Amino acid sequence: MSMKIGIPKEVHDAECRVAATPETAEQLIKLGYTVAIETGAGDKAHFSDEAYREAGVEISNDVKALWAESDIIMKVRGPEEHPDLGVHEADLLHEGGHLISFIWPAQNEELMQRLKARNATVMAMDSVPRISRAQKADALSSMANIAGYRAVIEAAGQFGRFFTGQITAAGKVPPAKIMIIGAGVAGLAALGTAGSMGAIVRAFDTRPEVKEQVESMGAEFLELDYKEEEDGAGEGGYAKVMSKAFIEAEMKLFAKQAMEVDVIITTALIPGKPAPKLITEGMIETMRDGSVIVDLAAEQGGNSALTVPGEIVVRHGVTIIGLTDLPSRLPTQSSQLYGTNLRHLLTDLTPEKDGRIVVNMEDEVIRGVTVIKDGEITWPPPAPKLSAAPAAKPAAAPVMEPAVVEKPAPWKTALGLGVAGLLLLGVGSVAPAAFLAHFTVFVLACILGYMVIWNVTPALHTPLMSVTNAISGIIVIGALLQVSGDSGMVTLLAGIAILIATINIAGGFLVTQRMLKMFQK
Amino acid sequence: MTEGTITVAYIAASVLFILALGGLSNQETARKGNVYGMTGMLIAVLATVLGAKVTGYGTVIVCMAIGGSIGFYLAKKVAMTEMPELVAILHSFVGLAAVLVGFANYMDETIQFEGAEHTIHNIEIYLGILIGAVTFTGSVIAFGKLKGIVTSKPVLLKGRNALNLGMLLLCIWLGVSFIGAESTSGGMLPLILMTLIAFAFGVHMVMAIGGADMPVVISMLNSYSGWAAAATGFMLSNDLLIVTGALVGSSGAILSYIMCRAMNRKFLAVISGGFGTSGGTVASSGDGEAQGEVVPISAEETGELLKNAHEVVIVPGYGMAVAQAQHVVSEITRKLREQKVNVRFAIHPVAGRMPGHMNVLLAEAKVPYDIVYEMEELNEDFPDVDVVLVIGANDIVNPDAQDNPSSPIAGMPVLEVWKAETVIVMKRSMATGYAGVQNPLFFKENTRMLFGDAKASVEAILGSV
Repeated sequence: MSMKIGIPKEVHDAECRVAATPETAEQLIKLGYTVAIETGAGDKAHFSDEAYREAGVEISNDVKALWAESDIIMKVRGPEEHPDLGVHEADLLHEGGHLISFIWPAQNEELMQRLKARNATVMAMDSVPRISRAQKADALSSMANIAGYRAVIEAAGQFGRFFTGQITAAGKVPPAKIMIIGAGVAGLAALGTAGSMGAIVRAFDTRPEVKEQVESMGAEFLELDYKEEEDGAGEGGYAKVMSKAFIEAEMKLFAKQAMEVDVIITTALIPGKPAPKLITEGMIETMRDGSVIVDLAAEQGGNSALTVPGEIVVRHGVTIIGLTDLPSRLPTQSSQLYGTNLRHLLTDLTPEKDGRIVVNMEDEVIRGVTVIKDGEITWPPPAPKLSAAPAAKPAAAPVMEPAVVEKPAPWKTALGLGVAGLLLLGVGSVAPAAFLAHFTVFVLACILGYMVIWNVTPALHTPLMSVTNAISGIIVIGALLQVSGDSGMVTLLAGIAILIATINIAGGFLVTQRMLKMFQK
Repeated sequence: MTEGTITVAYIAASVLFILALGGLSNQETARKGNVYGMTGMLIAVLATVLGAKVTGYGTVIVCMAIGGSIGFYLAKKVAMTEMPELVAILHSFVGLAAVLVGFANYMDETIQFEGAEHTIHNIEIYLGILIGAVTFTGSVIAFGKLKGIVTSKPVLLKGRNALNLGMLLLCIWLGVSFIGAESTSGGMLPLILMTLIAFAFGVHMVMAIGGADMPVVISMLNSYSGWAAAATGFMLSNDLLIVTGALVGSSGAILSYIMCRAMNRKFLAVISGGFGTSGGTVASSGDGEAQGEVVPISAEETGELLKNAHEVVIVPGYGMAVAQAQHVVSEITRKLREQKVNVRFAIHPVAGRMPGHMNVLLAEAKVPYDIVYEMEELNEDFPDVDVVLVIGANDIVNPDAQDNPSSPIAGMPVLEVWKAETVIVMKRSMATGYAGVQNPLFFKENTRMLFGDAKASVEAILGSV
């Protein structure tokens, strides 16, 4: 019997996302599952009940029944107190059921205990391991991408000027200068968005290997005036805590930039630690009036000293955006990407495509995502075998020089010429004059052919072959000269030769003509 | 017609043939060139027929009428995807004609030479028949391989090099006894034996060569057919045949060289056959690094990607020819160009089964030739390309050729498609290409795989652009 996937409406205040779109639901059904959704769950993301129904999804009016009947619950936010029913969502999950959503196990010890008590199997979308095979299910990346984009849009909404520079009849408009701290997925997305709006973009990151990525997107990579080599890449490609000297150099750079730029977008996070304070109150004071700071780390305490999580505040004339629901502000897009991430995960979890979930703890990706298995807490998982960044270095193996054509040594050329000369001499000393006359023609024709053929454009190599086919039919002349002999055998042989050589002539020329007619501008 | 007029006519024909080949330097002059070629042939044949040596007009007219009609029919009927087969079979005709003319000439009692001239004439006959015979059976096997009648895998006999050497030595020995023969009847036996050995040699040689090396084989046989004609020219003391044979021979030789260079292979290595097997271990992908996750994509998503791109490059391969997908690809190109997407085609020299094969297919499908580029012209542009669509190509887009010195195709120039933002590879399955080498391109992060029959896939893409 196939399992049932239930998608309840998100209960978190102002959460607009939904864990499946009609499109992803349809693909889940193809995996063999039956899918049910709470009525109105997709409304805020602009997916109507009707659209889900068309995709073959059951619409349920009874939340409790939906939770109770579903073997697998898919959500965006982790379970919390249900405002209408007055129960905790974790308690709605049926005994031994499966839950897939964001969990943040490190920050939510109590929730983990509750789910454990339900004997549940829980997969945390925030714990997808950072290996390339798991990228398609990496919800953090897809949400960070959206957050980065939205951060620029929010900043543009608060900023009093254009991002792009213009020269208009009414005067010259300078482009906005934007600094982005942290060039992870969100940082790069912000960088691309701001760049395409015409702003001058700079980015900083403690991990030097992202310099190339930043520059490839047309932004400037800010470098520290700091001598010691220190690589900021920690486990799993995330940043780590840096040394004191490094941080001092970093702060000096930010202080200088703060005076120059109009918008700062900070995305600096260190896994499992509060966000580093990078923008001090002193720096904010030096920023121009009307400048904007978007703090994408607001939920983890913020990179800026004056961030108020969840709110937009104005301090010292600078608008500080501490919104924590940026992906939810692009609900259609984020639901679609999140839904697709879930669908990819489910594909891995359903090897037989029979609508039965198989939690194979041998699989590195599934092992990483699963934080509770049948009531046993399995988080944190063992360290992943490979870290993306350091592994990339040896991969940049020696690149071979492509196709180095070996120049023959001069003595070889000389030897070749010498041998050819001796052979010619040998031929000349024995061969009769008539032969040598033909031989002259032959050698000259070879050289002429060499010159002419190198000029043929490679696009016409096929017509070249067919036309040479046709003219090598000239062998017909040899046959023609012999067909009129007295011997019947000779005439027969010559006759056949004429016949087949004519096939060549006619066929070769005509097919060449046909091909050449097709080449048109 | 006097001997003088005939000679002048032959000179005119030679010049016209050279102009015909020269015309192929670009698409605009090519058609005119072909007309020159036909004129040259007409002049040469007319001058010969009207000359004193030809009297049996009945036979000539009948044979030419039959041959002409067959040629006409073949040229009209052949599908562009089958051009390699047609070219191969036409090569075999030249080879067979050379063999027949050689025998006829040897048996013709009216031709008498003395002393050194006699020896040289016999050598010419012997060589003409030898080359012609190898060309004939070699081309027939090549035709069979292209048609799929004969397996396209290399067929390797044990001790094949020794076998080849043995056949060569035998031919030399037979040649010595042929030239030393007192009478025509005495020389006949060695001549026939040699012809049979040459036939066997042609079969054996081409059987040992794999499908991916077909462009080299076809060019090589093209060259042989030229040398056969030239040898016949020496035999008949006919300068027109010598010139034409030399032109064709060098043309084929240059094409073989270009094809070998495009695969970074030595000509002798191709001829001795067995690509991917003789090269030792089919590099078990070096360090297992080539394995990884492939990310599939649907045709609809591909259509979306193409529509939203600015720069698109399409890399066609033999798979496109097999699936006959070129017309739909052309239609996609037209639609994208209407939407201001810059679409270009990148052609690897050995894409397809003969030199220039892809160009002809695209031309047939009415893709404008000025958006079809060669590998060198496009390789530097890939970093600026948004989407690369690889249709039925494998080895020619394999990054291992540059990155993995232990790969059998290391050093082969390839299209650097992986430098583009997204690469979509259309393939039937995860099977390896002709070289039998795994392709790490499929596992790259910016690669998406579109599985399925190329024709069905491109049709689905067309529906969504």
